[in-house]
Amino acid sequence: MKAVELENIVKTYPTKKTTVTAVNDVSFSVEEGELFGLIGPDGAGKTSIFRILTTLLLADKGEAKVLGYNVVKDYKAIRDIVGYMPGRFSLYQDLTVEENLEFFATIFNTTIQENYNLVADIYKQLEPFKTRRAGKLSGGMKQKLALSCALIHKPKILFLDEPTTGVDPVSRREFWEMLKRLKAQGITILVSTPYMDEAKLCDRIALMQDGKIMTIDTPGNIVRQFGRNLFSVHSENMFTLLNDLRAFPQTESCFAFGENHHLTLTEESMAELEEYLLVRGHKNAAINKIEPGIEDCFMQLMKSPSQPFPNEMAF
Amino acid sequence: MNREVVIKTDKLTKKFGDFIAASEITFEVFKGEIFGFLGANGAGKTTAMKMLIGISKPSYGKAQIAGFDVYKQTEQIKKNIGYMSQKFSLYEDLTIKENINLFGGIYGLSGKQIETKSNELIIKLNLYKEADKLVGSLPLGWKQKLAFSIAILHEPKIVFLDEPTGGVDPITRRQFWDMIYEAAHNGITVFVTTHYMDEAEYCDRVSIMVDGVIKALDSPAELKKQFNAISMDDVFLRLARGAQRGD
Amino acid sequence: MKQLITFIKKEFHHILRDKRSMLVLIGLPVIQLLIFGFAITNEVRNTNIAILDNAKDEATQNIITRIESSQYFDIDRTLKTNQQIEKAFKTGRIKVAIVFQQNFQNELVHTNKAQLQIIADATDPNQATTLTNYISTIVMDYQSELNQQNNLPYTIKTEMRMLYNPQLKGAYTSVPGVMGMILLLISAMMTSIAIVKEKELGTMEILLVSPMKPWLVIISKVIPYFIISLINVATILILSVFVLGLPIQGSLLLLIGSTILYIFCALSLGLLISTVTDTQQAAMLISLLGLMFPVVMLSGYAFPIANMPLVLQVLSNFVPAKWYIIIVKGVMIKGIDITQIWKELLILLMMTAIFLTISVKRFKIRL
Repeated sequence: MKAVELENIVKTYPTKKTTVTAVNDVSFSVEEGELFGLIGPDGAGKTSIFRILTTLLLADKGEAKVLGYNVVKDYKAIRDIVGYMPGRFSLYQDLTVEENLEFFATIFNTTIQENYNLVADIYKQLEPFKTRRAGKLSGGMKQKLALSCALIHKPKILFLDEPTTGVDPVSRREFWEMLKRLKAQGITILVSTPYMDEAKLCDRIALMQDGKIMTIDTPGNIVRQFGRNLFSVHSENMFTLLNDLRAFPQTESCFAFGENHHLTLTEESMAELEEYLLVRGHKNAAINKIEPGIEDCFMQLMKSPSQPFPNEMAF
Repeated sequence: MNREVVIKTDKLTKKFGDFIAASEITFEVFKGEIFGFLGANGAGKTTAMKMLIGISKPSYGKAQIAGFDVYKQTEQIKKNIGYMSQKFSLYEDLTIKENINLFGGIYGLSGKQIETKSNELIIKLNLYKEADKLVGSLPLGWKQKLAFSIAILHEPKIVFLDEPTGGVDPITRRQFWDMIYEAAHNGITVFVTTHYMDEAEYCDRVSIMVDGVIKALDSPAELKKQFNAISMDDVFLRLARGAQRGD
Repeated sequence: MKQLITFIKKEFHHILRDKRSMLVLIGLPVIQLLIFGFAITNEVRNTNIAILDNAKDEATQNIITRIESSQYFDIDRTLKTNQQIEKAFKTGRIKVAIVFQQNFQNELVHTNKAQLQIIADATDPNQATTLTNYISTIVMDYQSELNQQNNLPYTIKTEMRMLYNPQLKGAYTSVPGVMGMILLLISAMMTSIAIVKEKELGTMEILLVSPMKPWLVIISKVIPYFIISLINVATILILSVFVLGLPIQGSLLLLIGSTILYIFCALSLGLLISTVTDTQQAAMLISLLGLMFPVVMLSGYAFPIANMPLVLQVLSNFVPAKWYIIIVKGVMIKGIDITQIWKELLILLMMTAIFLTISVKRFKIRL
C-alpha cells in the first residue's frame, strides 16, 4: 500500500476578480517509510496539498488517499493516524510547554507517558523549560515543541508544512537530524520547504512552482538530469561581471550564486569566454566547472518566472 | 574600492536591566559595501540594528551612521537611510503609485521629484500595467522588489534590509539580489540582517553575532577558510552551537 | 470524557492567564451595576424643586417644611401661577414641581380630602419615579401622623404628572438591563472570540486533524463561559439585593432558570458568530455592533419600545434581550410566576434552537 496517493488533484480559490489555481492537476505517490519533500516557493501549492491530505480541504477535482483511506469519505480514519504540523507553529502561547504536550496527547486519546519514547529524543531538550509558556520560547524551541505535539499520538504519517521556515540554521540542522531518526522508526514523513538546500536531505522530492510539479525524483537523479555543464565564475567586480556574462552571446543563463555566478552556455568555447572577460576588464576571472545543485535544477525547470521582469534587467 | 566609512561603531552596547542584548559591538562598513549582519534569533541582531537606525538609544558606546551621531542626530540619520523589512514594507491597501507618493513624501521629496522617480521606477520594474493596482494583489516577489526600490527612492547613503528575501522562488530571489548589487554599485551601502546563510554568501563581508557579541567578521571566503568550512551554514553552525541564548 | 475535561481545563488556563480579560469578565458587571445603581440614588440628593402653594395654610406649610428638611430636596423657587410651572421646568434647574390646591387645609379638615399634584421632569424616567416616590412618602408620613393625632381618616391625594415622557417605560432600576447586556456580552462575544482565536492561531487546524469530535471542541469552549456567566448572575443579584436594596419579589428558582435559558441563547449566538468569522477582530466587531447595539437600543433597556417607530418595534422582537428583560422585570420586580411569562420563555427557547441548528449546520469539519 502506498502511504500517500494523489491523482489529478486540482484546487482553486475564488478571489474577487479571478480564481486562483493553487494546485493544478497534481499526481504523485509516496511509499511507506519514505521521507518525501515538497520543494517550492510561497504560493507553489504546498500548503494546499498538505491540507487536502490531512482532510482539512476538499479538492475541486481528483482523488487522494492516505494509507488507503480516501481523504473525503474516510476523513475520520485519517484523522486518527496522521500527525500534522501546520505552517505556523500552532501552539497555545499562554500554556506551558508541558501543558501543550499534555493537551495534544489527551485530544488524541493518549498520554505523554504512553508514547514518551517516541518524543523523548526531542522533548528532552525542552524538559528544562517545561514550565515556561510556549509564547516565551525561541523559534527553534517552538518548532521542537510543535513536532513533539504532532508526534505524541504515534502517527503513522507525519505531515510537516514548512517546519524550518523562520528558524535559524542550528535549529534547522537539528530538526533534520530528528526527522532522520523518526524515519528510522518507520514513520512516513512528508515535509515541505522553500529552502533548496534542504532538498538533498529527503529520499525523494517534488519540485513545485505555481501549483504544478515540475519534476519528482531522488535529489541525485534530479541533479543528473541537469543535462549540461555548469560553471562558476568569479572576479573582482561581481556586479559588472554579472552584466558582462549575461551579455556574452553564448550565455544560456547566468545567475548570482553567492560568491560566484553560475553560468550555462549554449556553446562551450571557454577560450572565447576568457578572452571576452579579459577585454571587459575582469583580470582574475576564475571559471570552474561545478556540480549543479537542486537550486540550479529548479531554476532551469522554471520555464517562465511568474514575474514580468526580463531576465536581463536594464540597469 | 572606495574606502569611505559610512557606518562606524565603537563598543556600542545595549542593556535591558541586567540583560546585555548587544555587547560592545565594534565594526566599520564602507561605502558601496554589501554587509551581512548575521545571527540566530535572539542573538541581538535586531537590537543592534535598532540602535544603528536611530530608534533605540544605546546604553553606552559610540556609533556614527552616514557621519551622524546615534545619540544626538537621529533625525539626520533617518533622512539618510532607507529601511525595508520582511514584515512591513508597503501598504497593501494602497496602489503602487500611492505607495511611491507616500514614501517619497515621507522622505521629503518634492512633488516633481516624486513624479520623475515614480516614472523611472515603474519603467525599470516593468510595472506599467500594475501601477494603479493595489500592492496587496501583487505576487510576493514583486512586492519585495518594489519595496526595495521604494526604500532607495530618496537615494539614501545606506539601506537597511531586515530579512528581505523569505519565501520567493530562486529566480525572483536572484532578481532581487541583482537589484541589491546594482544599488551597491551605485554607491549605496547595503546592510542586510538575515539568518539565511546562503544569503550571506552574496555579501562582501559578514559579521556573525552570537549571544550579543560579534564572534566573527570577514568576507565569506575568508570565514570559510578560517573555519575550514564548505559553506557559510557550516561557519555559522560552528560559531552558534555554543550559544547560550535563544536557539 | 477525559478529552473534555482536559479541554475545559485548558480553556480556564487561557481565561485565568489573561488578566485583562479576566478583569473585564468579572469586574464589568459589578462596575456597570454600581454605576447605574448608585448614580440614581446620588442624584436624588439635593434635588431642586419648585413649589406652587395655592393655599398657604398651616397644612401646606407643614408639608413644605418636611420636604425641605429632608436631605433630598432643596426648594429652588416658589411659584405664583400655573403658567410659571412650565417656565420653571424649561430653565432646567428644577426636576419636580409641587402644586397644592386652594384651601388645602380647609378641604382636608372639612371633607377629609385634599389634593396636591407632583409634576416631575421625566426625561430621565428612573429618576422621576424615584423623586415622586420620595415626595409621596413624605406626604404619606404627614398624613398618617395627622390620622393618628385626630383619629380621623384624612386623605391627601397626591396626583402625579410626568412631563415629557408620560409612559415612563424603563422606569425600573437598571438591574434587568444590565443582566440582559452583560450576559449577552460575556456569553456571545467571549465564546465567539475564543473559538475564532483557535482559527486565527492555526490550532484549529490541529484540532480538526485529530480524533476529537468537533462538538466536543465547541462544548469545551462554551462551558467555561457558561460558568463565568453564572458567577456574574450571582454577583449581580447579590449586589442588587444587598447593595442596591432591590429585593427579588418572585421565585428565585424561576429567575435563575430563565437566566440559564438566556445564557444558552447567548452562547449559541456566540457559536453562530464564530462560524461566520475568521478573525478575532471581526468576531468582536460583529458582537459589539450586532449584539450590543440592538441590546442597548432595541431591548427596551434604554429606550421605551412603545415609543419607537413601527419598524424598530418589529425589529425589537428579534432581540433576545428584549424577552429576557421582560422576564427579569416580571419575576424580580413584579413577582409574577411562570404562567405569566411562559410566552417569553418559549420565544427564548425557540431562538436558542434556531441559533444552535444554524451553527451546527455551519460548523465546518474542514477549513
